[in-house]
Amino acid sequence: MTTTTSTPPGTLESPPRVPQRVKVGSGTLVRHSGLLTARAVRTLLRQPAFAAITLVQPVIWLLLFGQLFRNVVHIPGFSTASGSYLEFITPGVIVMTALFSSGWAGTVFIEDMDRGVMDRLLASPVRRGAMIVGTLAYQSLTTIVQTLVVFAIAFAGGARFAGGAPGVLVTVVAACLISVIIACFSNAIALLVRQQEALIGISQFIVLPLQFLSSSIMDTRVAPAWVRHVARYNPVDWASTAARAALSADTDWGVVLPRLGLLAALAVLMAWLATRAFRTYQRSI
Amino acid sequence: MARLPYAKGSRMPPSAALAAVELVKTYPGGRGAPPVRALDGLSVEVAPGSVMALLGRNGAGKSTTVKILTTLACPDSGQAYVAGIDVRRDQDAVRRAIGLVSQKASSDPMATGRENLALAGRIQGLSRSASAARAAQLLARFDLGDAADRLAKTYSGGMARKLDVAIGLVHRPRVLFLDEPTSGLDPEARAQMWREIARLSAEEQMTALLTTHYLDEADQLADRVAIVDVGRVVVEGTPDELKSELRGDAVQVELAAADTAAASVLNGVRGLREISIDGSRLRARADNGAQAVPAVLAALDSAGVAVASVTVARPSLDDVYLRHVGRAFRAEVAA
Repeated sequence: MTTTTSTPPGTLESPPRVPQRVKVGSGTLVRHSGLLTARAVRTLLRQPAFAAITLVQPVIWLLLFGQLFRNVVHIPGFSTASGSYLEFITPGVIVMTALFSSGWAGTVFIEDMDRGVMDRLLASPVRRGAMIVGTLAYQSLTTIVQTLVVFAIAFAGGARFAGGAPGVLVTVVAACLISVIIACFSNAIALLVRQQEALIGISQFIVLPLQFLSSSIMDTRVAPAWVRHVARYNPVDWASTAARAALSADTDWGVVLPRLGLLAALAVLMAWLATRAFRTYQRSI
Repeated sequence: MARLPYAKGSRMPPSAALAAVELVKTYPGGRGAPPVRALDGLSVEVAPGSVMALLGRNGAGKSTTVKILTTLACPDSGQAYVAGIDVRRDQDAVRRAIGLVSQKASSDPMATGRENLALAGRIQGLSRSASAARAAQLLARFDLGDAADRLAKTYSGGMARKLDVAIGLVHRPRVLFLDEPTSGLDPEARAQMWREIARLSAEEQMTALLTTHYLDEADQLADRVAIVDVGRVVVEGTPDELKSELRGDAVQVELAAADTAAASVLNGVRGLREISIDGSRLRARADNGAQAVPAVLAALDSAGVAVASVTVARPSLDDVYLRHVGRAFRAEVAA
């Protein structure tokens, strides 16, 4: 980014009427994304109650589901390495947390639309891509923190993961990719429907089936065949399966890598679609 | 009449800071309703360093014009140039040349005034230090220094609006768009905002396009006024030109009861023109309003029409609006 003005900035009385030469390139995209991410993080930190819930909620899910379904590991056909349901659901709850919290991502856009913030940004040189990337980076940061908290609680609860650091890393990546995919979806819906209630309704309608038609809290091998079949096409299942495989003793990278690849490809596609949704939004205003 | 300076396809003259030529914009009606033609060949031109007010009721097409000129919306046809740049060709260059104060509050409520300004500056390409310096300067300029480090959500309506204007000015735009800058403000905050805008346009020779549905706002702030109705500019000129075009005083008679036949009673009164009636309000124009009053009252009295009050006034923009749009402005805004 280069900026040249004939007059040094800072003088109000003699405003430079020279057009600023701004080179628009990937540097601008990164810089704008960074600025918008920082804005989102700052907003979160200014709402301590919301920030606390963001951290406590996955822990509650981990403990609740962990207790409620503790005995499902005894169902014939349920497969866990150590027979510990806590170890089974830890990656599942991590993916579920990423899924649920990123479903809300688009609400920020709607708040910006209800105020004049969206119009002001769209009438400024901000890249549309940066507005999307800003929300994605923010969601991913949240997901990383939540993932580490869930791991810490699981570890305190006695869960041990043979996959070690590479397993944790794969889990973080898989959870972030789910975050990005769902946040893009939520952003796109926000730009298309422009109404908080509609966004939340549609988001719930998608998120809950994605969650329960996957192996995140239940081994699909003990589920009806159709569930098993549907789960094969479910990105939430790809993420849970990849994370669980990477955390297990003998990681089958043939299970992990193709799923991460699919998730990454889907994330790129969804980011492109969300950016395209800006055009539809602008046509309608 | 409306000035339509260019034929279709012509280029913007270098003398104008902003020009819209024959803009047409249609929105889908939705649910089987017919499409809404928001702009129907609107043309307007603003000289550098001047303030132009687009005056009209809600739905007249003012905001749609601003949306097109600020790259937020695309016209179906017509041309738009801002700071010499074709709005449809080089949106990025336009976005760097303009500031937008949109109709709704456009600050981030969870950021302080200073942070709002600093972020806006950074987005416009200022360095971190230049942006911070500019933010400090604008906060002082708009008398927001004491509230600079409070969250914008704690600002009063007037303060928030001043912050919006400051955000629009952060990168020293060549053209500033003010979309209903004082709607929703109390009278005192409105008067203060008027002083700020007047000072800005005087000190910085800034080109500004202001939309408003307040006649007095257009009268006070604008060098030129364009009255917009059903998607077109119906008349354009300086407030004085528009008012003097009307020649003579407005005579307004408030009848005791609505009586549409009363207008015809006045047809015989000498020196009276443009007689119209709107419910119980009878309007006419006379070269000397005070002299016409006795004759008007006598005519109404002999026809048995009861009169509640009579006023005589120098022409106002309201009269200009009535003349060109065919409806009174205040009555419509109130409705």
